[in-house]
Amino acid sequence: MSDKSFVRTEMLGEQAPPLTEVGIVKWMRANLFSSVSNSILTLIGIYAIYYLASHLVPWFWYSIWNAGSLSECREIREAAYGDVPSACFAVITERWNQLLFGFYPQHLYWRPVLAFVLLFVALAPVLFNNLPRKMFIFSAIYPFLLVWLIWGGTIWGPMAVAAGFVVGWYAAKILGDRFGAIAAVGGGILAAIIWWMFLAGPIAGGLSSVLPIGIEAVTSKDLGGFMLSVIIGVTGIALSLPIGILLALGRQSNLFFIKSICVGFIEFIRGVPLITLLFTASLLLNYFLPPGTNFDIVLRVIIMVTLFAAAYMAEVIRGGLAALPRGQYEAADALGLDYWKAQQLIIMPQALKISIPGIVNTFIGLFKDTVLVVFIGLLDPLGLTGAIRATTEWNGIYWELFVFVGFLFFICCFSMSRYSMYLEQKLRTDHR
Amino acid sequence: MSVISDETGKPFNLSMLVYDTRYRSITIQTFAFILFMAVLAWLVMNTYFNLQALGKDFNFGFLGARAGYDINQRLIEYTNDSSHLRATFVGLLNTLLVAFLGCILATIIGVIAGVLRLSNNWLVAKLMTVYVEGFRNVPLLLWIAAIFAVFTEAMPQPRAFRGDNPAANMLLGDSVAITNRGTYIPAPTWGDGSMFVVIVFLLSMVGIWVFGRWAKKRQDATGEILPTFWIKLGIFFLPALLVFFILGRPIGLDYPELKGFNFSGGIHMRNSLLALWLALSLYTGAFIAENVRGGILAISKGQTEAANALGLRSGRTMSLVILPQALRVIIPPLISQYLNLTKNSSLAIAVGYMDLRATLGGITLNQTGRELEAMLLMMVIYLVLSLLISGAMNIYNSSVKLKER
Repeated sequence: MSDKSFVRTEMLGEQAPPLTEVGIVKWMRANLFSSVSNSILTLIGIYAIYYLASHLVPWFWYSIWNAGSLSECREIREAAYGDVPSACFAVITERWNQLLFGFYPQHLYWRPVLAFVLLFVALAPVLFNNLPRKMFIFSAIYPFLLVWLIWGGTIWGPMAVAAGFVVGWYAAKILGDRFGAIAAVGGGILAAIIWWMFLAGPIAGGLSSVLPIGIEAVTSKDLGGFMLSVIIGVTGIALSLPIGILLALGRQSNLFFIKSICVGFIEFIRGVPLITLLFTASLLLNYFLPPGTNFDIVLRVIIMVTLFAAAYMAEVIRGGLAALPRGQYEAADALGLDYWKAQQLIIMPQALKISIPGIVNTFIGLFKDTVLVVFIGLLDPLGLTGAIRATTEWNGIYWELFVFVGFLFFICCFSMSRYSMYLEQKLRTDHR
Repeated sequence: MSVISDETGKPFNLSMLVYDTRYRSITIQTFAFILFMAVLAWLVMNTYFNLQALGKDFNFGFLGARAGYDINQRLIEYTNDSSHLRATFVGLLNTLLVAFLGCILATIIGVIAGVLRLSNNWLVAKLMTVYVEGFRNVPLLLWIAAIFAVFTEAMPQPRAFRGDNPAANMLLGDSVAITNRGTYIPAPTWGDGSMFVVIVFLLSMVGIWVFGRWAKKRQDATGEILPTFWIKLGIFFLPALLVFFILGRPIGLDYPELKGFNFSGGIHMRNSLLALWLALSLYTGAFIAENVRGGILAISKGQTEAANALGLRSGRTMSLVILPQALRVIIPPLISQYLNLTKNSSLAIAVGYMDLRATLGGITLNQTGRELEAMLLMMVIYLVLSLLISGAMNIYNSSVKLKER
């Protein structure tokens, strides 16, 4: 036999994979050109991007940031670049303070800024539960601090209102020890209402004449811009969640009358556009209240926006309640928990967890809806774009203002939705 | 031995109203009822005294009075001599028009965007994500204002179309002109015998439905699958086109033409309507896209695999297995998106579109000074509208819902 072998005795070295199976080529083949229809879609997509970019990139690239008016902007552009599309962001550098603060006095800008910074301190323990629980004390104080910082005036006004809660709580505690839970709730609410209606005003007035601690007052008509949106949005968000929970519980309740009231309220609010409710707040509220009552327009708007969001919130939470297995309710009953204890310990933690995406969507919707206040004469960011356009310097400027305002809203709403995703991930306890 | 206590023998006393669960619900409800009635009475009394102080009364007589203002966009006959009631109707129809158009376009956009977002084409999926996030996170009012500005500021003036070498051109073979005064599209003209074409077309629609049922029955009986799509497509077009040409093309198109300073002929779609329609559709479409995506994702992968194992082609897998199940998840949120779109159409105020809010809640309210009546009426109309839409969609929903024993 010859020593010819038909089988290789040593291994060949590994070869590199074919060019089409590695790196960017493989990725493109898999993700962009996997089939004919996919290739067509990709080409359409590339064309769409090219079309948008060919318009937007030069517009941003040649943007002008320093000018006193639109015509000046155009002159600068003619001199520097010739006839090219160019954004005139000078309007933002010149009017950013109006877009952010409305007509709030310039030397007091530190107050809304401070309130905005403190907002995150107040929100921190709500958002991240590994922070010390004592920070909730500040969160509870914050609403009154916000009102005082924004509107200014005497410190005793917000303090007197805050004292109402303390009074109610003590009344509830004292009554609760003696007569039980129902008397405690009723008595607490009654005491707080009595305090607010009859005692808070004179006491605040008396204290401020004795100890005039206060800062410069700012009226509601000077509020505006993005600050106004944040104020309405944040208060609406904070107030609509508890009201929404109560409405949802009312709707699920087996007390017929309570249920009817809640269903009627929710369906009415959800059936009409927010804009009609805002008009009601500005035009009709004077009819429904005792003659001579006249309270702040921003407060009225906040009430209406809150009620509006609360009805949507109630439906979202009802969905969460309905999604809970019946066994959870029965288990709570079997443990001997009463209604409120069962809600607090068993039902709500689970129902709220299920409804997080819906709740945050409602929040985002509420925040976006705050621009509708422009229709009842308040100067929200969008209303201010109109006001800026009405001046002779900036007549005819559109896109730069829209881009700026849209960007502000986008940041806020987008981060809210991302936070809700994070929260969903964190609270997920099922096994996947 | 255990002792069974018998509570029923206990005499009734007042504290049982609060502490006995049998009576407590009645106590609470009675209390709530009294409170509710008291608040209601308080509001009505306040309104009564306030109206009296202002020297006003509460009646809807103003609806019969002459309106005295013009409405530029109307679907029914209306002049400024018509009554406020008629103006209200014109506004209501305009609201319905934009809501109807918006729901259709939003559904189309939403379904396409939702499906494409799940596509395995990376670029298109990312583009759709940008679209959805961009529209969902910016207020609708801003989009309406921006799109309206696109139409009024960025579009050419009618005179730009004039001359041998015009600065702007009409689209689609000289049939559509987009100007800053509105968009002009061809209008159909109905000649003699056009009735027949329409009737034949309607009959072929019935034919499609009958054929669909017959084909389904046949498939159930014999297992044979007909190429229903192509046959239906044929029934849709062929008879109507045949009659159309036999009768000598009775239905024509009236093309818009530049005459003087403006276009004439064709249908003039106002910028206000177009901007509102597009903005509402794009905005709501982004939300619908998310619902569609969620619906498709909610169907477990096993369903697709089971369908593949049965040997179904991918198109049939989609239409017979995935979609019917996904629809059940998609439709309830879709209903609320339609409702939202209808309610959001009241933002027409931003572009001056004459919808219900602009007629009844705007000019009529300001002219007559009847805030209370006009606002109440407007709310009731919107409420009825919402209830009707949700009612109709709920009927549809229950027809596709999972039928359980």
